[in-house]
Amino acid sequence: MNATTAGAVLDIRGLHVDFAGVPAVRGVDLALRRGEVLGLVGESGSGKSVTALAAMGLLPSGADVRGSVTLDGTELMGAGDTALSAVRGNRIAMVFQDPLSAFTPVYRIGDQIVEALRTHQDISRERAAERAVELLDLVGIPEPRIRAAAFPHEFSGGMRQRAMIAMAVANDPDVILADEPTTALDVTVQAQVLDVLRTAQRETGAALLLVSHDLGVIAGTADRVAVMYAGRIVETAPVDELFARPRMPYTLGLIGAVPRLDADAKGRPEPLVPIPGAPPAPAALPPGCAFAPRCPLAEDRCRVAQPELVEVALPEPAVAVRPEPAVAADEPHLAACLRAGEVAGLRPLDVFPVPGADVAAERAADGRPEGTSVLRVSGLAKTFPLLKGAVFRRRVGSVHAVDGVDLDIRAGEVLGLVGESGSGKSTTLFEILELRRPERGSVEVLGRGTDTLTRREAHALRAQVQIVFQDPMASLDPRLPVGDIIAEPLRAQRAERDRIARRVPELLRQVGLDPAHADRFPHEFSGGQRQRIGIARALAVDPRLLVLDEPVSALDVSVQAGILNLLLRLRAELGLSYLFVSHDLSVVRHIADRVSVMYLGRTVETGAVGEVFTRPLHPYTQALLSAVPLPDPVRERARARILLPGDPPSPTRRLRGCPFRSRCQVFAALPGPQRERCTDQAPPLAEQGGDHVAACHFPAARPVL
Amino acid sequence: MATAPETLLAGADQDDGLIARPPSRARVTLRRFAAHRTALAGLIVVALLFVLAFAGPHLTRWSYSDIDYTALRSAPSSRHWWGTNRIGQDVFAQTVHGLQKSLIIGLLVGVAATGGAAVVGACAGYFGGWTDRLLTFTTDLLLIFPSFLVISVVSPRLKGGGWLVFALLLAFFAWMVTARVVRSMAISLREREFVRAARYMGVGPLRIIARHIVPNVASFLIIDATIAVGSAVMSETALSYFGFGVQSPDVSLGTLIADGTGAAVTYPWMFFFAAGLLVVFVLAVNLVGDGLRDAIDPTSRPGRRRGRGAAK
Repeated sequence: MNATTAGAVLDIRGLHVDFAGVPAVRGVDLALRRGEVLGLVGESGSGKSVTALAAMGLLPSGADVRGSVTLDGTELMGAGDTALSAVRGNRIAMVFQDPLSAFTPVYRIGDQIVEALRTHQDISRERAAERAVELLDLVGIPEPRIRAAAFPHEFSGGMRQRAMIAMAVANDPDVILADEPTTALDVTVQAQVLDVLRTAQRETGAALLLVSHDLGVIAGTADRVAVMYAGRIVETAPVDELFARPRMPYTLGLIGAVPRLDADAKGRPEPLVPIPGAPPAPAALPPGCAFAPRCPLAEDRCRVAQPELVEVALPEPAVAVRPEPAVAADEPHLAACLRAGEVAGLRPLDVFPVPGADVAAERAADGRPEGTSVLRVSGLAKTFPLLKGAVFRRRVGSVHAVDGVDLDIRAGEVLGLVGESGSGKSTTLFEILELRRPERGSVEVLGRGTDTLTRREAHALRAQVQIVFQDPMASLDPRLPVGDIIAEPLRAQRAERDRIARRVPELLRQVGLDPAHADRFPHEFSGGQRQRIGIARALAVDPRLLVLDEPVSALDVSVQAGILNLLLRLRAELGLSYLFVSHDLSVVRHIADRVSVMYLGRTVETGAVGEVFTRPLHPYTQALLSAVPLPDPVRERARARILLPGDPPSPTRRLRGCPFRSRCQVFAALPGPQRERCTDQAPPLAEQGGDHVAACHFPAARPVL
Repeated sequence: MATAPETLLAGADQDDGLIARPPSRARVTLRRFAAHRTALAGLIVVALLFVLAFAGPHLTRWSYSDIDYTALRSAPSSRHWWGTNRIGQDVFAQTVHGLQKSLIIGLLVGVAATGGAAVVGACAGYFGGWTDRLLTFTTDLLLIFPSFLVISVVSPRLKGGGWLVFALLLAFFAWMVTARVVRSMAISLREREFVRAARYMGVGPLRIIARHIVPNVASFLIIDATIAVGSAVMSETALSYFGFGVQSPDVSLGTLIADGTGAAVTYPWMFFFAAGLLVVFVLAVNLVGDGLRDAIDPTSRPGRRRGRGAAK
């Protein structure tokens, strides 16, 4: 143990945190060495953020914190506020998840950095302002001198997070704590911010504690990883070692549950491995290993006492996979599992049973199904007016939320609709679901154009198209028992009471819930179960097309895998078609047959998933794919990233020519005369072989995985 | 149904007889209400008050207007159970008669005002556009109308209709503020995903309002209604004092309290029986309201109580 502690700049020993008697952190030991990046992974509620906040002494006064936190040998635990204030922002800096609430909205960004500098350093205001501009430049903010005078709301999310990092490194800290620094950001912006974070860490030589739920982010950035579950660290190891040979079944399950962008040789992704059950409630922890109730390998002795975090003796010597050891080569691999020795070398599928994995895997038929068209959208557009004035509201402009979307789904097909936030995905969905004449273009549902529907026909058609929302809590009426929620679409279609009474338990069973729970209310279910209720409701009237609006993005990975497998099984059983909207390309890769990529309200590329993901033609698709982190440290480090500069332009202006050219790496490399095509003409969606279409004047395949 | 595989249907048919129809919200709410002890106690008290109000006059040989010249301001006795007032009227007979009026006026105004507010507010908020503008305009207009003036002008013409019409008139001028609040709550509810989900499922707008919007503002509505019950009894008193509403020799709890206030210290029975019943009535209505709110809001009760118990 002493070996790990030596040379640690931040040393957390036996940290316990209770909130009103309920344990949130139960004995965490962490040692952070100078210059090292330690990834702290865990699902929501595992206590990872609380650990980071406790290290800063930032927990609310209601929290009961015990243990020891030392910074270079100085004990921080129990230190007075004055002493802590001298350390915070100076020697330990923090980057928060939500960059908007981390800045004071009424002060300029530059002034806030100056404040951070002058609190801890004795320098003049002018010198500090100069330094603030330098820092903003360091984190890659264009025109830093002008931007320093801007207010936080004038910055985009990614720029705010960069400014946050600039503020964190302002005083050359020894430790940077980053609490989910990229969770609220889009993938392309996430790639930028992670890049900046790495640069900042390298420049200052600080130790970085990166808290995240995203294994991909951890894989690409961390040197060492600690996995948290139910308030304890259950496994810690160097990053390559952890991903290659996890020794704790929970880690194994977590790795198996993450959908991956890279497919196996057959072109089909492996089936996802959901971890059964849900994390235990902190108030009612089992006596033994907290993971035992969900662990297929659990034995009686696991349920007796909590296993210690110890080094695992391995039968065979570990092979050094790491090409260049960053800090220390002989990092111990610790795991809190009694059967750790047996787990090493197993694959997720060996441990966790996957019901319906065969169904998910066998649908790899080549080519598109011959079925009839379920949904056909062409040239769809929707603009929202920008209004001004309180009494006489006048139109001062338009937001072109959707500006030319083409979609085509055949029976039994899954189309993934991908794009960053603000690309108009949700607006597209809602325009389709309104079942009325669109502003421009046409929508055809099951062969019926929506512009000619009568009210009665539209009502009948609603039974064929159902929707599942992103947030399972918000989409279920909190005041209705689950039975009534599921019966709602049936009632809307005026089904007989007998049929409703028969159908509700049947649906609950179909989505893997207990029919006896029909009289419970939504808040009594976990997030994953609520999403299952949402799916059951959508299935109630036997629809042919299911529209899924980010159905898994609010869920933890272990639960998300279960929902994705359920969707795959339902589709195989019921012959459903899905329009699957997501910002997460790995999820789309896993579930969809075809994918359609949107940028600024336009479709820029469409094609079969395998084709688009291996041979992306549009530069935006390429950048998007290259920005998605892989949960595989070796491949992740070897990849070349296409970093998109800046943020998407505002949808209030309609640019002439290609809307992507301001961030396009192809456009930047073009010689002068060819550029004119991009600046003058908007590229139409053109066929590039098969049914792969891309809206680019100069399409060129570029593998990015 | 055609797409559902046979296996699933077969499974469902088997236990068709075993599984009872899943309970609907109405039944779940009723069950939860019945399990709420203080709410049931409140309901029983309200019921007992009604029994007292309507059976009471038959229990005593005095009528509310009878005058016993031999007993002026006499203290409670076997002859006059709750004593007499300054002109020799039996306080018990008067109080139970007044209770009849006040119970009905209070409950009627509370329910009618809040119900009207819920309908107008929810419609304005949910539909938006011209419906909203029209309804908001009407609400604001009534809000700035001097209601006292209107009631005093209209009520003499409604003499024939009696105090029931008067109660509705009271309700008519009591719903506006509530409606405005409900409207703003409905506007934010309209954007919630479950309302959107219902709309895309083909649920009609009126059904959405009834099933989703109103139950989600129910906590506020119930609190508002219980307050309205108490204040209706008092505003009826105020109007009666100025000669509108319940007119002498007819009495209500309000007029009795108003008459007895001066004697509260010297001849307490003239005041305290009526005042006490009013307090008991409003308290019981509040308990019922609390129970109803807890029954409708599934998150409110068990969590809060258990949480409090654990913390201490």
